Amino acid sequence: MKLGFSPEEEAFRAEAAAWLSAELNGAFADVRGLASLTEKPERRRDWERRLGEAGWSCVGWPRAYGGRDATLAQQVIFAEEYARAGGPPRLNHIGIELAGPTILAFGTDEQKARFLPPIARGEEIWCQGYSEPDAGSDLANVRTRAWREGNEWVVEGQKVWTSLAQFSDWIFVIARSEEGSKGPKGLAFLLVPVDQPGVTVRPIHQITGEAEFNETFFDGARTDAANMLGEPGDGWKVAMGLLGFERGVSTLAQQMGFRNELDAVIAAARANGAAKSPLIRQRIAKAEIGLRLMRYGALRMLTDAEGGKLSPSALTYKIQWATWRRDLGELAMDVLGQAGETVSGHDYAFPMLPNLFLYSRADTIYGGTNEIQRNIIAERALGLPREPRGDLK
Amino acid sequence: MHFAFTDEQAMIAETAKAFFAEQATTERTRAAMAASGIDEALWQAFTAELGLAGVAIPEDQGGVGLGMIELAILAEEAGRHVAALPLLASVGLAIPAILAGGSAEQKARLLPRLAAGELVASFAEATPDAAASDGALMGAALYVPHGARADLFVVAVSDGMFLVERDAPGISIAALTSMDQTRPYARLDFDAVAAEGLTDPAAALAAAHATGALAIAADALGGAQACLDRTVDYAQERIQFGRAIGSFQAVKHRLADMMVVVEQARSAVYWAACAIDEGSDEAAFAVHAAKAFACDTYMHCAGEMIQLHGGIGFTWEHDAHLYFKRARSNANLLGTPDWHRERIATLTGLDDAA
Repeated sequence: MKLGFSPEEEAFRAEAAAWLSAELNGAFADVRGLASLTEKPERRRDWERRLGEAGWSCVGWPRAYGGRDATLAQQVIFAEEYARAGGPPRLNHIGIELAGPTILAFGTDEQKARFLPPIARGEEIWCQGYSEPDAGSDLANVRTRAWREGNEWVVEGQKVWTSLAQFSDWIFVIARSEEGSKGPKGLAFLLVPVDQPGVTVRPIHQITGEAEFNETFFDGARTDAANMLGEPGDGWKVAMGLLGFERGVSTLAQQMGFRNELDAVIAAARANGAAKSPLIRQRIAKAEIGLRLMRYGALRMLTDAEGGKLSPSALTYKIQWATWRRDLGELAMDVLGQAGETVSGHDYAFPMLPNLFLYSRADTIYGGTNEIQRNIIAERALGLPREPRGDLK
Repeated sequence: MHFAFTDEQAMIAETAKAFFAEQATTERTRAAMAASGIDEALWQAFTAELGLAGVAIPEDQGGVGLGMIELAILAEEAGRHVAALPLLASVGLAIPAILAGGSAEQKARLLPRLAAGELVASFAEATPDAAASDGALMGAALYVPHGARADLFVVAVSDGMFLVERDAPGISIAALTSMDQTRPYARLDFDAVAAEGLTDPAAALAAAHATGALAIAADALGGAQACLDRTVDYAQERIQFGRAIGSFQAVKHRLADMMVVVEQARSAVYWAACAIDEGSDEAAFAVHAAKAFACDTYMHCAGEMIQLHGGIGFTWEHDAHLYFKRARSNANLLGTPDWHRERIATLTGLDDAA
């Protein structure tokens, strides 16, 4: 058991840090420190391309597909340095963290060669078509249909909560390919181009006032028959493989964002005197501890994954970070007081901490609600009985 | 970076797990609770046969020559069974103090005997008015773990650290009926007791506090994991309303929440152990975090264990109360979770000028 890094790894850190610092203080100074996922999308696309050009986009991927073959430790280091340098949240995070690894795991050689390099080069942005109006926590209840016509699949239906669809080139969709099938059977996993007449993206305004999520309508949308991962009927297996993907490394980058948020809470507390309150001090200390335990939980997850093992901490991680961040949002408002409830100007757009308070209510819902997470932990990790299914339509 | 046990560490964990599962049975622990709070046969096996009291003592001083990770592994496995051993008193507190702050002569004289289990030592934080002048100690220490059984005390006084033998003239030792009978306290009163100073008291105190807090955190981790495991087993066996109670979300979600904190406590304990071993500048923070988080986790899980077992969990016969009481004792020893968090608040820079 060892936490420190070797001299070679530290040399890699210096190389990554130097490149990031030069870019984010030079040509890309205007995206440094951005927090919102929807701000300056065109410049964010440029940044994805710049990372790709220099081989820093998907460092853990094989070189053949545009990666850097980075070791686990190097991936950890890059994630840390990226955040330390003020790198903005990745516009293509769904492509990099979800679509790419799924294609790597389930794609044919042709599919890998077609789809992975454009992700690594920052040329094709991805979003995720999972949830539907009647398939939220009960994801297997999807109604979107897909059928074969000649050399194409045709898709009909509606997805919801498709984050960043307005900037995306591709969407991966689970759809019912076997008529009359129910639940997890008879589903297909399709890769569908967004820019076509059969796809309509409509923004959903959130409680923050922003519109990061969308409704996505498929009305005779088409994709080439080659763009299915696995066989018709494998959709659930592929989708679950994706949900189970090792997110350890991206997690570390996400944690650096949390670090910035906690630092902002601490700065506010020192500035307005809240830092003198013993109760606020306890809550800040709890947040500090919680953040460190996310880091070390992620390192356990990564080390175990490298040894081919699913870490117990992988199953508990989602509820852990989501709850931590929701608590931080509440702490932020308790520190700020009424000053946090108002904003200058006419736009309903709050700065980082009040926005965190609002946005973090989504964290405990998307990607599996806290309640679904508890079911998963209880059933998969602790071996408790599965939830019975009801029979209401 | 490799945040998982090495093969050797995994082997130590397996050995310790099997050892405590076989020997630290509830019958033997309860027999010890009715006596000194130490299962003497278990202590003999742990020390004389396995040599494990010297886990973190260098080999040339009679120990095994391992570090904090291995010490935490042993404390975790002992904690899983609420083993009635002076593990904290001797291995977690007194030995590190002597190792870090004793003279060469003191170390040569005491460490081999402590490692072999011939001597049981404990650690006594004296009251603020206690003082030693010309080697004569006056004052008291109120809550000394396993103090009625220890042969030797490392006494922390405001101006030094001293070794005191249990049969020294002027000492009186009063066993205290203690809520946790597996780690009972004693009160010591010193009336001009001959006290031998440790040469580097600051180093001794720091080592005792850091290693002791880590050992408690690891004990808490093992205990909390046992509370979870045993309650999961019960929830699968216990049938009410024609179903295993573990099939109700009201129950299974609480068990899931226990696992969420237990896994974090595990990260905390081994982070702190690594940080001390590697001399990381995060070590002080990590130890405060581990002590606070693991102790809170243990209290939560032991309380849930009683609640989810229902009436049987409230009986003396069931082991739930052993965990519940150890959890309480762990939380108070060497600073409460709130106290450790306040230290972290300071380390975080909350008092720096805005």
